[in-house]
Amino acid sequence: MPSDETSYDVLVIGGGNAALCAAISARREGARVLVLEASDAFWRGGNTRHTRNMRCAHDAATESLSGPYTEEEFFEDLMRVTKGRTDQDLARHMIRESKTMLTWIEEQGVRWQPSLGGTLSLGRTNSFFLGGGRAMLNALYRTAETLGVEIRYEAEVTALEIADGMFLSATVNGETLRAKALVAAAGGFESNIEWLKRYWGEAAENFLIRGTRNNKGTILRLLLDAGVQEVGDPTQCHAVAIDARAPKYDGGIITRLDCVVFGIVVNKHAQRFYDEGEDIWPKRYAIWGRLVAAQPDQIAYIIFDASSLKLFMPSLFPPISASTIEGLAEKLGLEPAALRETVDGFNAAVQPGTFDDKVLDDCRTDGLDPPKTHWARRIEEAPFYAYPVRPGITFTYLGTRVNEEAQILMADGRPSANMFAAGEIMAGNVLGEGYAAGIGMTIGGVFGRIAGREAARTARGNRAQGTIAAKEATDV
Amino acid sequence: MSEALFAERTATAGSVPNHATASLAEADRLMTVCNSCRYCEGLCAVFPAMEMRRAFPDGDLNYLANLCHNCGACYWDCQFSPPHEFDVNVPKVLAKVRNDSYAHYVWPGALAGVFARNGLFIALAAAFGVAAFIIGFAAWHDAATLFGTHTGPGAFYRLMPHNTMVALFGAVSLYAVVAIALGIRAFWRDIAAPRAAITDWASIWQAVKDAGSLRYLDGGGVGCMNDDEKPSDARRLYHHLTFYGFMLCFAATSTATLYHYLLGLEAPYPWYDLPVVLGTVGGIGLLIGPAGLLAAKWRREPDLIDETRLGMDVAFIAMLFLTSLTGLLLLVLRATPAMGVMLAVHLGVVFALFLTMPYGKFVHGIYRALALVRYAHERRLESHG
Repeated sequence: MPSDETSYDVLVIGGGNAALCAAISARREGARVLVLEASDAFWRGGNTRHTRNMRCAHDAATESLSGPYTEEEFFEDLMRVTKGRTDQDLARHMIRESKTMLTWIEEQGVRWQPSLGGTLSLGRTNSFFLGGGRAMLNALYRTAETLGVEIRYEAEVTALEIADGMFLSATVNGETLRAKALVAAAGGFESNIEWLKRYWGEAAENFLIRGTRNNKGTILRLLLDAGVQEVGDPTQCHAVAIDARAPKYDGGIITRLDCVVFGIVVNKHAQRFYDEGEDIWPKRYAIWGRLVAAQPDQIAYIIFDASSLKLFMPSLFPPISASTIEGLAEKLGLEPAALRETVDGFNAAVQPGTFDDKVLDDCRTDGLDPPKTHWARRIEEAPFYAYPVRPGITFTYLGTRVNEEAQILMADGRPSANMFAAGEIMAGNVLGEGYAAGIGMTIGGVFGRIAGREAARTARGNRAQGTIAAKEATDV
Repeated sequence: MSEALFAERTATAGSVPNHATASLAEADRLMTVCNSCRYCEGLCAVFPAMEMRRAFPDGDLNYLANLCHNCGACYWDCQFSPPHEFDVNVPKVLAKVRNDSYAHYVWPGALAGVFARNGLFIALAAAFGVAAFIIGFAAWHDAATLFGTHTGPGAFYRLMPHNTMVALFGAVSLYAVVAIALGIRAFWRDIAAPRAAITDWASIWQAVKDAGSLRYLDGGGVGCMNDDEKPSDARRLYHHLTFYGFMLCFAATSTATLYHYLLGLEAPYPWYDLPVVLGTVGGIGLLIGPAGLLAAKWRREPDLIDETRLGMDVAFIAMLFLTSLTGLLLLVLRATPAMGVMLAVHLGVVFALFLTMPYGKFVHGIYRALALVRYAHERRLESHG
């Protein structure tokens, strides 16, 4: 085989945080690196464009972090949000490595700032990117280009040649590209509605995708079909209730609504279906996507009155308003009498209490099914407002199994000779379910950095645990 | 079922139903989008000021627009900038609002139209100024005086008596100051700035420091993003050369005035004397600075530019450059027969510069400094609870 065909040491598929961390880290190890980003330059980076912070352990406060966040506390938080559904050794490894990410990522040109207005609760645990995720991406791309990483846009991989767990080549726009090692960092499959339908049926047609339109799961599918071991529950995805007026893709964080706890939520028959005041909002927002997905036509309406309008962060779209409940129902396309009856029934069940949106207060309903157990106040002060909501999918959990060196494991448990994975495509190793803000970027950054380093070492034949197959690959 | 609400209609809206212009309505829409995101709050003063508000009437938008230094960072950092359908282009829209605001606050209001065709207006003013001085000199003097070689103290005043010069330039300066002051009053009222802010010395000092260092022309620390998403501090450097060059030239003139009246020393002064040194150093800054700013403007990402006001930007840069160029040429040629014409050209350019100060890009510095005072005051109020 002519040697010029194997001109790259490391091929990185994907263009987000994980991919760029891998590319930079591989390049710093001396590898020749090619990055294949399926999108054009504007949309590059997939879901990283919509992120704003990264959760890293640290032992002391910094200029942008208000206090320490120990490895142990991070681990406890992870155990709590995943209800223990995590690869504990891998999770501990990631958390340990996250400590050096804060300085490493800064060395790659990314800048921090104190936590954003309206996110003070994350000021101690999460490091915020100055200018947000796209600014962070731009810095990583600049650094990668300066270091000599080659980047191709609109380069969607359509086939992978994998023999006995060893990556040989990738097909891009009809061209076959060879490399000695592969880093798969191409995201999940949440924007592939057909794939989502396998688990959700026709309801998936009404899902909105909060992030990129490019996470079709092509690479994940190709890897799984080539005998890679899968991890994570395929039916699981991170879903929240977002404004129904949001675009199908890339509406991002600004389509979120933080007002469920202040009102009632009804379905298209104007019926309530869940306790809106079950717990404080940060602990409950991630269940509402699933709840709305289970309602007819996957649509619901948050109804509240004038007294609540300024209690939550301003949102992208103005609420729909009317001077009467019946008028509001008409604007929403609901049966006016039905909504009137639901609101009246709710108002009659509200018990006296002292409203306090900072704590689990004593404002609750009595004799109502389902009950509203906190922050229940009568909806009576005009004008009345509504936000229509639909399920908004953030990401999927199904992925490729990896070890601590980000090496992809094959179905029989053996590590692949030269394939690595980082980011959303392997997030299911750490996140069996649930989510904690900023942890997706931790997974991408930490495992991207490791994957790039190990892929470079594999390609250059000096990886300590390099398998025979890997050595053969470098001899080609 | 109101299907129109869903799937089809993803257009976002502003916070206030009525605005004076389409640009203001668009700015309201953008601030509403930005206020639900806030990723850019660490980049400059505009976004923290935005976060103190939930609704954006015209006065507030004019305040925010003048607070924006047009560094471009928020455009490149934004996940919703075009071609995203939310079409968030804050630098461009605020540039339009800001440029419209100069016309909105101008005194007298009848002259608002000069901002629309500002390049033409300034060019005519400059041509008129230069022509008037040359014709005046030619009418008053015979060719021997106009094209003669004059040296020693009072050489300039053989072509134009000192008192005439002072009267003419004093009058035009006074006019410019009055017109600008009336513009300031209109702006300050419209942005609903509290009376207290203008006498809050701590806020004023903070604004002086922020304006003097161009604190918010740095994309949050790395430099402004003019050509593309790669930051560079070049614009700030050229603006410093321009501004401080201008101030040194102003200091040169002021020093010369003091020399004349207090010490009885008449221009021209030897090359090593303070007015000449200040003017020469400032003049060099005022050549390099505007040239660099103009070059940066040509290289700027087209999507960030308010193309309707390019003429105004270029005219102001050109006037500063010509002021310096003619001044330095006068210095070089002052002992030759070309001095008479050169003096007429220089005085003509400077006269036009002063006369058009309230009617061109010069006012950007005034309104931006005021916006910075307001911002400093708001921040102080906020931090004091």
